[in-house]
Amino acid sequence: MGLFAPPVQYAASPVALLAVWQACVQIGFVRRHVLPAPTDVAFVWFDLITGATDAAARYSGTWFDHAAASIWRVFAGFAWGVALGTLAGLLIGLSRFIERVFDPTIQVVRNIPVTAWVPLSLVFFGIGNAPAVFLIGLGTFFPAAVNTTHGVRQVNATLTKAARMMGANERELLVRVILPAALPSIMTGMRLSMGIAWVLVVVAEILAVRSGLGYLLNDAYLFYRNDVVIAAMLSIGMLGFISDRIVVLVRNHLLEWNRLETFSGQN
Amino acid sequence: MARISLRHVEKTFASRHGKVTALADINLDIVDQEFITIVGASGCGKSTLLNLLAGFDTATSGELTVDGVPIDGPGPDRGVMFQQAALFPWLSVADNIAFGLRLRANRHKASPEIIVERMLKRTGLLASRSRRPAELSGGMRQRVAIASVLAINPSILLMDEPFGALDTLTRSIMQEFLLEIWEEERKTALFVTHDIDEAIYLADRTVVMTARPGRVREIISVDLPRPRRYDVRSEKCFIALRDYVTGIVREEAIRGAADT
Repeated sequence: MGLFAPPVQYAASPVALLAVWQACVQIGFVRRHVLPAPTDVAFVWFDLITGATDAAARYSGTWFDHAAASIWRVFAGFAWGVALGTLAGLLIGLSRFIERVFDPTIQVVRNIPVTAWVPLSLVFFGIGNAPAVFLIGLGTFFPAAVNTTHGVRQVNATLTKAARMMGANERELLVRVILPAALPSIMTGMRLSMGIAWVLVVVAEILAVRSGLGYLLNDAYLFYRNDVVIAAMLSIGMLGFISDRIVVLVRNHLLEWNRLETFSGQN
Repeated sequence: MARISLRHVEKTFASRHGKVTALADINLDIVDQEFITIVGASGCGKSTLLNLLAGFDTATSGELTVDGVPIDGPGPDRGVMFQQAALFPWLSVADNIAFGLRLRANRHKASPEIIVERMLKRTGLLASRSRRPAELSGGMRQRVAIASVLAINPSILLMDEPFGALDTLTRSIMQEFLLEIWEEERKTALFVTHDIDEAIYLADRTVVMTARPGRVREIISVDLPRPRRYDVRSEKCFIALRDYVTGIVREEAIRGAADT
């Protein structure tokens, strides 16, 4: 399908959504205090970032501090969760012995929703960055581990045979064959982890810290500032989107070969 | 003296229906620079035999030796070509050929770049050097596979139906190409196939296997002059050999089908 140029195709649904939303508020279908119009949100958002108009009152100009706090937590949690998860996934994928020893534990713990860890993490770490980074790390560990294991197990046996035939030792087999072959799955795990990290940073900031976009969102809700709530929501969505794009860009850069091997969608 | 020697080799697999004997009492000697093909009906254990020689699998009993040394795992002295060309999809053609040369096990004096260049030239892949495997045809993929195996300079070539997935025309071109390279290098070669034409065309000796459990039914000397061109197939002695081998293979295939 190619009725319009690609930029038009990309812009169509967000523009339509904003127009309907604006219209609903404008004709009085919903009250402005319950659901502020896109233009109101934009106005508040601008002040939130720049502090120029005081439209966001007590939140005026605080955006960068909150955003930086959230971004730091997401990446700190993501870093340790994904690093450990990928390592665990590799070990489990490589060895049936390690799988038998660790996999039952991982499968049970994985099925405890990460949000159920909030009370204990507060008891362990108190209020602050630590419980947030802990929760995000825990949440990102599992998708990374499970997808890495899957990726390692999926490696074509002919390739590992060929490498051994040519004289590859264990380390060369891992670095030159198994890791690159498992990379598509590892990157899928990272992408899922990044999504989960942004969910958990909001949960953590509502419950465990006094800064960040999640805290801003919850605090504005308590003060009936739905325009600020929506601006915070959109900020989180936007940062989540950018993080996802970064992971996708890295993936596409590393996995250019994979696009040639797979279906990859039609234009 | 035999380069490759098999003595009373037996291989059994455990399956849901109990033990399955894939190979029973295989005895075979392959001399230096000999081209041996193994032909048999599907399921006769010919690929299993090749896996044992490659060192990917171990025999249940019996002895397999290369130059008198028992086979213990795969190694660069025995280059293997698989039915599906074993190419690393993330590497270019040139990097695939260089793969074995960049491993620590590589003992070549020449730099990988020089050998890769030579291999690209020999296999007619110079123009495709930076392409990825996904961009190549089946015949070209097997060319790259041949080049990457030859690059590590094994003294023995083990081939498991490498042209089985190719169309008839490409297959016959690849057979000729393989012989051309073999005439130059004279490596000891063992080639597994179910294609009787191919088995005779390539071989000094053709080993015909029985239906499961696989045994050596008969070893047939192919005394056609070398170098062979593809049109040797229409000569009387080739046709006579083919008819003879076809007769035995058919007999075994029917017997195998009746047993299972």
